[in-house]
Amino acid sequence: MTAFLRVVALVVRKDLTVEVRSLEVLSTTLFFAITVVLLFAFGLVREGVPPDGVAAAILWIAVAFSGTLALGRTFERERQSDTLRALLLAPADRPALYTGKLGGMLLLMALVEAVLVPLVGLFFQAPIFADPLRLAALLAAGTLGFAAIGTLFAAMLVRARSRDVLLPVLLYPMTVPVMIAGVRGTAALFQPEPDPALAQFWLALLVFFDVVFVTLALWTFEPLMTD
Amino acid sequence: MSDFEQLTASGVGRHYGRRRALADISFSARAGDVVGLLGPNGAGKSTLLAILGTLLAPSAGRVEYGVTTAAEAGATLRARIGMLGHDLFLYPELTARENLTFFGRLYGLPDAAAAAAAALDRAGLAARADDLVSSFSRGMRQRVALERALLHEPRLLLLDEPFTGLDQASSAVLVARLREAQARGVITVLATHDLDVVDGVLTEAVFLQGGRRRETPAAGALRDRYREALA
Repeated sequence: MTAFLRVVALVVRKDLTVEVRSLEVLSTTLFFAITVVLLFAFGLVREGVPPDGVAAAILWIAVAFSGTLALGRTFERERQSDTLRALLLAPADRPALYTGKLGGMLLLMALVEAVLVPLVGLFFQAPIFADPLRLAALLAAGTLGFAAIGTLFAAMLVRARSRDVLLPVLLYPMTVPVMIAGVRGTAALFQPEPDPALAQFWLALLVFFDVVFVTLALWTFEPLMTD
Repeated sequence: MSDFEQLTASGVGRHYGRRRALADISFSARAGDVVGLLGPNGAGKSTLLAILGTLLAPSAGRVEYGVTTAAEAGATLRARIGMLGHDLFLYPELTARENLTFFGRLYGLPDAAAAAAAALDRAGLAARADDLVSSFSRGMRQRVALERALLHEPRLLLLDEPFTGLDQASSAVLVARLREAQARGVITVLATHDLDVVDGVLTEAVFLQGGRRRETPAAGALRDRYREALA
């Protein structure tokens, strides 16, 4: 277990160092996410009044699209010098390598969401402070489910010629349940009278998806990367 | 550690869907041998290296590292394999020292920082240790990449086109490093087109064409044998 965590920490630290040096993935992902929210704001908000019940959907659309962009860019970096193969050649547990890459993605998406949530609150008058802990839990669980499958697919497709097309084609259908649960749970918190019980139900469902997706990814990463 | 003194490929084949990349490749090498995989582009050299490096599973046949296989030994076997790919396996956004230290730690070396410093010394790059790899010339990157592959003192060293982009002096340094590794009992398998550079270094040449091994007389200059094998 110690060796597993050591490898996870090494990979996360390496990914963060590379990102801090280049700011490539964070800047493109962040600008893209902000643009998505701004476009929806300019398109939907009339005289300062947003339509009812759209904030949650817009938040999750921005998370999903910017997350896909981040996944593509992160693994493109591993492809350029074939460093993913170098990682796979190491005598480290391959699931630990996967978990390290997943950890880096989660940190990156958390930073993007830290900007996105206040922006959605501002433009769509969403009550983001009504139940902040539950909102954070919904975002964390939804992001984990999305990134768990996304990291697996992005790693698997790294050597495929049409990876940019295939990633969203494979990822979105698989993560629809996560997105629906995320939107419904967040909408329950963003409505005029927040419904914590309903949000809790969707949160429990998200945790269930997370357990299934993470287990599946850890189980299949090694055989998928070898063949 | 899953150490071994012999590498044996028996009837190794690999196909991608209906496309056959390799068929029925057999050879063996002992500690200190330097095996050259020679052939035109698309002959299956890189696929064979990936199989030997446990990155790909063969569709047919088996590769034995001593008495074990990749499926049986897993991570402990990978600890005894070093590989230098055509794309060098280095992070351009990290310095040479950071790259080597990262991989040293990933391989579980007890003092990865010291191993990285020693490797940079051997590569003649101690003065540039803290420069980003992206600022290096192709030859300098190649030297760092070779040291990365040798950092954990592997038994099996796999090199894919290691002489690409190197000038004569850098090629001579690389050959010298290969001879050092050979003297330490490293089994080296290298894919290359630079026949003149490796002539005299190889202990065995495996000529590949269209994914199959081509037989050739054991004696004679490498270039002549190559021409004859692939005629």
